[in-house]
Amino acid sequence: MALELQTFSSSAEASAALRGGGKSYLGGGSLVVRAVNEGDVRITGYVRSTDKALTSIATDGGRARLGASVTMAQVVGCEALSELAPAAKLIGGPAVRNVATVGGNLFARSPFGDFTVALLALGATVHFTDGEMDIDAFLAARETVTDERGIVVAVSFDIPPSGRFRFLKISRVKPKGVAVLTIAAAIGTDAKGTISEARIALGCMSDRPIRAEAAEKALVGSELSESGIAGAVDVIGEGTAPITDPIASSWYRAEVLPVHFRRLMLD
Amino acid sequence: MARIPVQFTLNGQEKAEFIESGATLLNVLRDRMGDTSPKGGCQQGTCGACSVIIDGELRLSCLTLAETCEGATIETAGGLANGSELHPIQQAIVDGFATQCGFCAPGMVMAIKVLLDAKPAPSREDVVEAISGNVCRCTGYEPIIQAVLSVSRSNSQQAV
Repeated sequence: MALELQTFSSSAEASAALRGGGKSYLGGGSLVVRAVNEGDVRITGYVRSTDKALTSIATDGGRARLGASVTMAQVVGCEALSELAPAAKLIGGPAVRNVATVGGNLFARSPFGDFTVALLALGATVHFTDGEMDIDAFLAARETVTDERGIVVAVSFDIPPSGRFRFLKISRVKPKGVAVLTIAAAIGTDAKGTISEARIALGCMSDRPIRAEAAEKALVGSELSESGIAGAVDVIGEGTAPITDPIASSWYRAEVLPVHFRRLMLD
Repeated sequence: MARIPVQFTLNGQEKAEFIESGATLLNVLRDRMGDTSPKGGCQQGTCGACSVIIDGELRLSCLTLAETCEGATIETAGGLANGSELHPIQQAIVDGFATQCGFCAPGMVMAIKVLLDAKPAPSREDVVEAISGNVCRCTGYEPIIQAVLSVSRSNSQQAV
């Protein structure tokens, strides 16, 4: 049986309609309608908002703000977000990218959520109808945080300068395939080439994207060379609990993570 | 559940129907409007058999709620032929023996149409990317790719 869709012109009204449980916010449908089609009886109805701000991309002073309903196809087509385009382009096929949204990706469970891995490495801020929080805190509490703060309306982040952001998605099927693992890294270096700051995010290494904090610490003060990154490669798997699914086992993911991390850093 | 009205243009014809709120476009097209060209495969957005074109964009009708298409222009594989004359993409697929069981073909054709509308002379890489969301379980990808490239060559010759 079809579930009722309620449409509101503002995000605040949509947030209010979601209170009480059961209903799910409908972005592009690639997660929620999929779940309903699969028989997820926890979802008792859809709520959506047609607020134009949800589908807009704004860039100003080196900072980008992406409405929660901005699609991966929009990210791919936005010149100002060219550093992020490779990450968005690796999500699904063309039809999925036309509906898969930035906001929806924030809630995707592993092995999905590749774009959120990128946002985590960039230290994005998640904006709600009521307030905002950094993406680390959001990911830790994403099952319940929208009950208190309303729906996610946008994410914002500093647009990385060319060469600072690195992204790697390993999948068995090309060009579209579910991730074996995903790695995103934002690496800052000083004038001498020494790493001054590092944020590394991993996908498929938990039920949601996580930071590789031990590797980040090991990288700072080093150089991007074979010997310079060796310490980080040794600890890249620290604190991870890779998922097992039909794509790969937890053991396999743990084994190949250091290999792909090393390649990404030295590429 | 009360039925709600929805109107859109389907393959050039105005359509209006009362549907259940939350019904997928795939179900409305097949069960209410008699267009069975989009196929219900995985219902998960993975196989691409239900692909249609909505306002020029390739979309998965199994994941699209029909009422979100109010006022839209929808194209399906069922509307491509002009009477008994097949669309050039369809003809190329027939000529190239690029269909086996045929289940994926309507979705493939729509993915190819979006590609060729935007890029009449695509590279092989473009073709692979364009059909990357469409699964052919007969694994007949190579004849499909060759069929698209043959249309592309034909387009190039016509442009000269």
